Amino acid sequence: MKIKKNIATSENGFIFNPSTGDSFSSNPIGAEILLFMKSGKTSLEIKEIILENYEVEPAQLERDWEDWLLQLKDANLLDL
Amino acid sequence: MIEPIPYVIAITALNAIDSPGPGLAVIRALREGLGTGLRIIGLCYESLEPGIYLHGQVDKTYQIPYPTAGAGPLLERLQYVHEKEKLDLVIPNFDSELYNFIKISVDLNKLGIKTFLPSHKQLEIREKINLAKFGKKHNLLVPEDRIIFKADELEKVAADLGYPLVVKGKYYEASVVHTLEQASKAFSLLSVKWGLPVIAQKFVKGTEINIAALGDGKGNAISVIPMRKLYITDKGKAWAGVTLEDNTLLDLGRDFIKATHWKGGCELEIMKDAAGKLFIMEINPRFPAWVYLTAAAGQNQPAALVKMAFGELVEPFDSYQPGKMFVRYAWDHITDITEFQQISALGEL
Repeated sequence: MKIKKNIATSENGFIFNPSTGDSFSSNPIGAEILLFMKSGKTSLEIKEIILENYEVEPAQLERDWEDWLLQLKDANLLDL
Repeated sequence: MIEPIPYVIAITALNAIDSPGPGLAVIRALREGLGTGLRIIGLCYESLEPGIYLHGQVDKTYQIPYPTAGAGPLLERLQYVHEKEKLDLVIPNFDSELYNFIKISVDLNKLGIKTFLPSHKQLEIREKINLAKFGKKHNLLVPEDRIIFKADELEKVAADLGYPLVVKGKYYEASVVHTLEQASKAFSLLSVKWGLPVIAQKFVKGTEINIAALGDGKGNAISVIPMRKLYITDKGKAWAGVTLEDNTLLDLGRDFIKATHWKGGCELEIMKDAAGKLFIMEINPRFPAWVYLTAAAGQNQPAALVKMAFGELVEPFDSYQPGKMFVRYAWDHITDITEFQQISALGEL
């Protein structure tokens, strides 16, 4: 899953979709993941970074990751 | 650096009120785009149009006759203003005054006053009562509607189109109604205020987007800027908005200009439904009140119009900044009662 190319994100978690005018804010970890996604990292690479840097079980991360993608999809931010 | 161009340009719609006229936004864009040599002459209808008193924006204002007085008195008044000010160009910004301005545009040109306006035919095809037909002809989505002359037609129309229903005045204003009683009340109010017919339009739920566009009169869109309303007033006006990057909206603006060979500024009011379909709700035959955003985003539509009016070849803009936002604000401008007295008594200030 890739984030749409034209989505603007900032380090403090602000997200702007210039196609629709929608804006969102995310928490710091969300902002970090978005920046990774924008830089072209794969889901696998991002999950590895998270497991390395945060105290989270792989199974929990998988559940959160699915939830995260659903939120991005609902917000019309993914290239499907 | 912007070279000063010593044009004298007359502008109407100085009513920067809660449902603002575009005049001040046009002036702001012109001052920014054409430099300091510009002299702006305000043309007003009422003594309390705020622009009259904003001397940093409007150098001098003259009162002009209401559109209902007809084209003759307007021409006469503009001849007087021209004698005093040596006007180079006039940009009218109200829907209701355009008919007269177009009618006298040849006379104005003879006097040396340029205009850059659509034709009467162009004005007519986008009128509310003709919009659905126009959409059908050019393959553009327009919500189904019915033209109503009598209140007792409402029951059948509501049965055809369903509730909620949008009841619209011939020129301005609209009400979303949910019952026959509400529809009848809206019909009475709107027909008294704006005359007959009244338009009943199928309600479309979605996101409100406006498109400001500028046509060269030959089918080319010089500029198309879409804006999503972020804050909407109780009169349905955008109090805040943001420019969008969406090729379907740009194409829609270009298609309209191409289909009509529109000359001048215009605004397409769009409703984007959940499926992403773009419905044209209305087409306004002049710049919108938020037109300064086009300049802020990199396509100064009013300045481009002036250049075309003076015969310059203007190439279509090819980029702008999406995510450029405006937030309108109210400001209590302080002036002296003598100024009010002067514009009220003498018709100029």
